[in-house]
Amino acid sequence: MRISPVKIISLLFFIFSGLYLYYAHQIRVFSFDEDAPFNAKTFPIYLGYAGLFFSGLYMVLPERKPSNVNLSVLDYRRTITLVILMIIYGVTILKAGYFLSTSLFLVLSYITLGEKRWFWVFTLSFPFVAIFMFLLHGLLDIYLRDPFLKYLGIIG
Amino acid sequence: MIEGILIGLNTALSLKNILMVMIGCFAGTIIGMLPGLGPMTAIALMIPITYGFEPSTGLILMAGVYYGAVFGGSTSSILINAPGVPGTVATSFDGYPMAQQGKAGKALAIAAYSSFAGGTIAAIFLLFAAPSLSKVSLAFRSPDYFGLMILGLTAVSAFSAKGHFLKAMMMVVLGLMLASVGQDTLSDIPRFVFNNMNLADGISFVLVVMATFAMSEALTIIFKGSDPTQAAKQISLSKLGSIRLDKDETKKMVTTIPRSSIIGFIIGVLPGAGSTIASFLAYGMERNFVKDEEKQKFGKGSVNGLAAPETANNAACSGSFVPLLTLGIPGSGTTAVMLGALLGFGIQPGPRLYQTNPEIFWSVIMSMYIGMVILLILNLPLIPYIARILAVPRAFLIPLILFFSVTGIYLMSFNNFDIYLMIGIAVVATILRLYEFPMPPLILAFVLGGLMEENLRRSLLISDGSWAFLWDRPLTLCIMVTIVLIVVWQIYNSYFKKK
Repeated sequence: MRISPVKIISLLFFIFSGLYLYYAHQIRVFSFDEDAPFNAKTFPIYLGYAGLFFSGLYMVLPERKPSNVNLSVLDYRRTITLVILMIIYGVTILKAGYFLSTSLFLVLSYITLGEKRWFWVFTLSFPFVAIFMFLLHGLLDIYLRDPFLKYLGIIG
Repeated sequence: MIEGILIGLNTALSLKNILMVMIGCFAGTIIGMLPGLGPMTAIALMIPITYGFEPSTGLILMAGVYYGAVFGGSTSSILINAPGVPGTVATSFDGYPMAQQGKAGKALAIAAYSSFAGGTIAAIFLLFAAPSLSKVSLAFRSPDYFGLMILGLTAVSAFSAKGHFLKAMMMVVLGLMLASVGQDTLSDIPRFVFNNMNLADGISFVLVVMATFAMSEALTIIFKGSDPTQAAKQISLSKLGSIRLDKDETKKMVTTIPRSSIIGFIIGVLPGAGSTIASFLAYGMERNFVKDEEKQKFGKGSVNGLAAPETANNAACSGSFVPLLTLGIPGSGTTAVMLGALLGFGIQPGPRLYQTNPEIFWSVIMSMYIGMVILLILNLPLIPYIARILAVPRAFLIPLILFFSVTGIYLMSFNNFDIYLMIGIAVVATILRLYEFPMPPLILAFVLGGLMEENLRRSLLISDGSWAFLWDRPLTLCIMVTIVLIVVWQIYNSYFKKK
């Protein structure tokens, strides 16, 4: 018997709603507010029950319009690589600075997606990020922290 | 009202704001032309850029993007039968056959003139409807607002995901759950923070929009191995033909535009309905209005068949601003994004907006009209060239979208946690998208979460904890009955109606 992936997602949402409801009950409210008609945990508790209701209903009712997804044709390698690159980008953005981490993220993403025209790979990374930084920092006066460029003495 | 219009014109016609409308329309057209990337992504990507602007300028930019994206969607519908946005699906029914007959230029011109006329007529309706409705909505109480918000969420779930109502309702609950993270607005009690200081202020709206739209749409494109830029590569500059319309074609448009504008505007005002339903409804009604001879041409390149949905979808865009500006309740995912941006600027839309911030209220309305003119003057002759810009390879397009998304969050918080959270939400949203869980209800719920809780709190405190406030007032009762009817109808339609 093949279980529908959407039913599995509904089951996961059901469990998530149950956990949410549990933590909603754990919210500490002021003692004078405990018996009030509405306090900080009232709305989350209703939401928890709503989550249980809708996901439970989806699991119980038959699927009239099942979503057919052919899992074998999905591009897992590139998608996972891009997600990993974004995480690395997130790790390095504060330490290495905006310019270097963004430019390297763009270069590696272009290569991951199969781009081999090195001129465009370079142009749409380092110079592009420099122009973008100039627009944000220089024209719109939006602060960009960049220890690397600060170390080089390019920005203050 | 005249004074307000003058204030609006003064703001909207400043050089900076005209430039913003132009940039917005241009950027929106480019993004809207890419199948899979709709107006919400276009607006989401613009949000970080609006940080440095005044609220009215920021909103004018976003409104320009909205119209541009709808117009861009029509272009890809006509030229390659690949609607960029759902609201332009009906456009392809007659637009694409016209393009195949070598009249692509003509079809684009009809779409542009119809969009312009529909948007303009609806902007005039908005001019009169918004202040009147603002006055009426001053009589609304907390229970009515609470009911209206539930109605908006239910309607968006019902209409945005045909046949997937329960999936959409799960997304609504998820959106409300995400909105509940952080300190309670009244008591400052932390909720679902798990001793993480980064969550104390809640999850940022921009983060959720970027993650569920821009980032997850980009990841979905890669995951499915599709190439949205492929469409643009098929457009040949030499095959567009003339954009001139003859007398007969103009005459047909003149009869179609007024009725489709009215339908589009009314549907746009209704919560959840939006441009998709407006365009299909206008197409269907137009088919009933025309003579039998013209009826035969529907689906084969009819001028009426193309003008009707194009007029209606633009009129619906203007109409959707009515509940946003007058009640502070967005009726669609796109206007929800705009509401989030407005709240970010510290502005609460609602019945008093046009008294407290008249320059915002009127300048947005005025900029809609200016946006229409710009779309007509600039975009129509530039369409072939915009199409060529779009032929950038996917390998460049997707990383740039991801880069703009991460930058948007980085500029807001300057911490890594928000970037990780955004990536996490984007990955979950990508999987959910794959199985047709709609994202607009999630965004709408996320934006409305705080307001909904606030209105429920007031209603329950006034009624001393009794839920009778749901049926005490006739207005609230009417809203609740409508909600029940929508829910029952959707569940019946999805699960019990015989095929």
